[in-house]
Amino acid sequence: MKALRFGRHAATAVIAAGALALTACGSDNATGTAPAPAASGPSVTGTLTGIGSSAQGAAMDAWKTSFAAANQGATVQYSPDGSGAGRKALLDGSAQFGGSDAYLKDEEYASSTAQCGPDGALAIPVYISPIAVAFNLPDVKELNLDAATVAKIFRGEIATWNDPAIAALNPDATLPDLKVTPVNRSDDSGTTTNFTEYLAAAAPEAWTDKASGVWPASLQGENAKGTSGVVKTVTDTPGAVTYADDSAVSGKLGVAQIKVGETFTKISAEAAAKAVDAGKPVEGRNANDLSIKLDRTTTIEGAYPIVLVSFHIVCSSYDKQETVDLVKAFENYVVSEAGQQAAADAAKSAPLSKELQDKAAKSIESIKVKS
Amino acid sequence: MTTTSLTSSRGAGRAGDKVFSGATLAAGCLILAVLFGVALFLVVQAFPALTASPDLIKGGEGFFAYIWPIVIGTLIAATIALVIATPIAIGVAMFISHFAPRQLASGLGYVVDLLAAIPSVVYGAWGAAFLAKEISPAYNWLASNMGWLPIFQGPASATGKTILTAGIVLAVMILPIITSLTREIFLQTPKLHEEASLALGATRWEMIKMAVLPFARPGIISAVMLGLGRALGETMAVALVLSSGALTASLIQTGNQTIAAEIALNFPEASGLQVSTLIAAGLVLFVITLGVNMIARWIIGRHKEFSGAN
Repeated sequence: MKALRFGRHAATAVIAAGALALTACGSDNATGTAPAPAASGPSVTGTLTGIGSSAQGAAMDAWKTSFAAANQGATVQYSPDGSGAGRKALLDGSAQFGGSDAYLKDEEYASSTAQCGPDGALAIPVYISPIAVAFNLPDVKELNLDAATVAKIFRGEIATWNDPAIAALNPDATLPDLKVTPVNRSDDSGTTTNFTEYLAAAAPEAWTDKASGVWPASLQGENAKGTSGVVKTVTDTPGAVTYADDSAVSGKLGVAQIKVGETFTKISAEAAAKAVDAGKPVEGRNANDLSIKLDRTTTIEGAYPIVLVSFHIVCSSYDKQETVDLVKAFENYVVSEAGQQAAADAAKSAPLSKELQDKAAKSIESIKVKS
Repeated sequence: MTTTSLTSSRGAGRAGDKVFSGATLAAGCLILAVLFGVALFLVVQAFPALTASPDLIKGGEGFFAYIWPIVIGTLIAATIALVIATPIAIGVAMFISHFAPRQLASGLGYVVDLLAAIPSVVYGAWGAAFLAKEISPAYNWLASNMGWLPIFQGPASATGKTILTAGIVLAVMILPIITSLTREIFLQTPKLHEEASLALGATRWEMIKMAVLPFARPGIISAVMLGLGRALGETMAVALVLSSGALTASLIQTGNQTIAAEIALNFPEASGLQVSTLIAAGLVLFVITLGVNMIARWIIGRHKEFSGAN
């Protein structure tokens, strides 16, 4: 039938998009099943619903498995529909927490009082992932780069690897006369947001576009879908360079050391956590909120500023005691040593520093029943 | 008299008739309702994007400026796929139906049908991980030897993930649909027509030209349009293979984007007006597919009387 044929393609597109929303970034399978510590006091029960960032997907799988194992009768559901969807779901009450690669915008925070009581919502950092600048040069494994050079490489303003700008930063390296092929993410992603935010802040002269989850359309460059896609493309193409979660970069690729202050910093979990600790609290939020504005231009030695921080956005107060207990127990586990280790094992994220874990625990403690 | 004796039968049979005709009517209506529901959903959800102020739409210049390059990109990819797949499909179908020995024909037909059973994401992974890499030297050759043609203008993409690669992958994907349908049509050519033309002294090629192809023309068009429909709507393979970008005439540079891939790549992290914009893009694709099918129907209708198919 004619009508059937018309409808089918549109329906397929919609279903495909929907299925994608549910499976995005699900490439890393959770393997971490470290047992969660029993929640303080009696074991909690009930179902906690979260919607949000797909970057947290793999870590979330590990968290909810261990949490459910430690608390019989408690389940956590998480749908990785995207950061924007997660924040929206928390604000309209359709989820009890949202996962988001960005803290709430000012207007979102202002509107959160409707669902979350007078103190509004709380952002708790739970997931830190350093972003590597990875390149495929046959004989070069280490490269020193500064923000301006990285920006020029990704804008296509540096054509070959033996360009004077790169050579000046790497006097000891033998750089090939090879075409530079920058590869970016073709999908809308938190990794791109954080990478472009770094470039816009640290190299404002070279990087004139705004930070965004979608790569600037005006730039010529190759792209591929997802972290695995860009890494695969770069691995196959000599002279290609990309930005990707450090955990996903294969051993065949070189990873650049980034100039911070006067030294070149190697990417590591500790360096990423250090950069997060150097971030400043966002103003105009309640006292227990842990929204962090990262200082991308930090000069602290040993800090690696190209890092993605993902938050759990929770309410400062909930209607029911049961929900409060559940949220507290789950979030306490997530930011605990065991929870962070489980995420590091499953998703190779960088654990929160001890200092930040303590702050997060204090913030979680403040969650209460609506009076 | 015969009619009445045929339709009037035992009471149980009449009840069965009523139930059956009711069921088919319901099935027919359901399809229309689903189609209408999808169209309504698209229009309602797309409405905010169509009426929003231009600077809020991705790209900052309004929905029209956002959509037309990816409409052209979609058409380019589908055209490449058709240009490659149609002659091959007709050739394969002709071989299976008129030239191959019987046993080889059934085996070959089976293999072609098997191609249709491969999930599109597998084609996408194959295109992205294997074909793109292997084909990029050919693009370099095209750029240096045929670069004077705008469609082969260099510099060629270093990764090979271009609209041409995406088109080739799409061609492989639509090949089985077109082949199976045209094969069935070729097999239906009246034997008498074929034998008559051979008896008049035609060679085998002349017989095919005079008896088989005119008979099969509407069927071929119909098969090609079905293939085109799949090529237009194919999402995952293009999303994986194509290194998307701004609209470019060159097929071997990085660039261009299709509607379906644009939706798939941006939907997971979209919110608010972005979702509306993407759904509006889906609406445009819906309308294009509708248009393509209507044109196909019209062409088939026009050729009907000459074909002898009816």
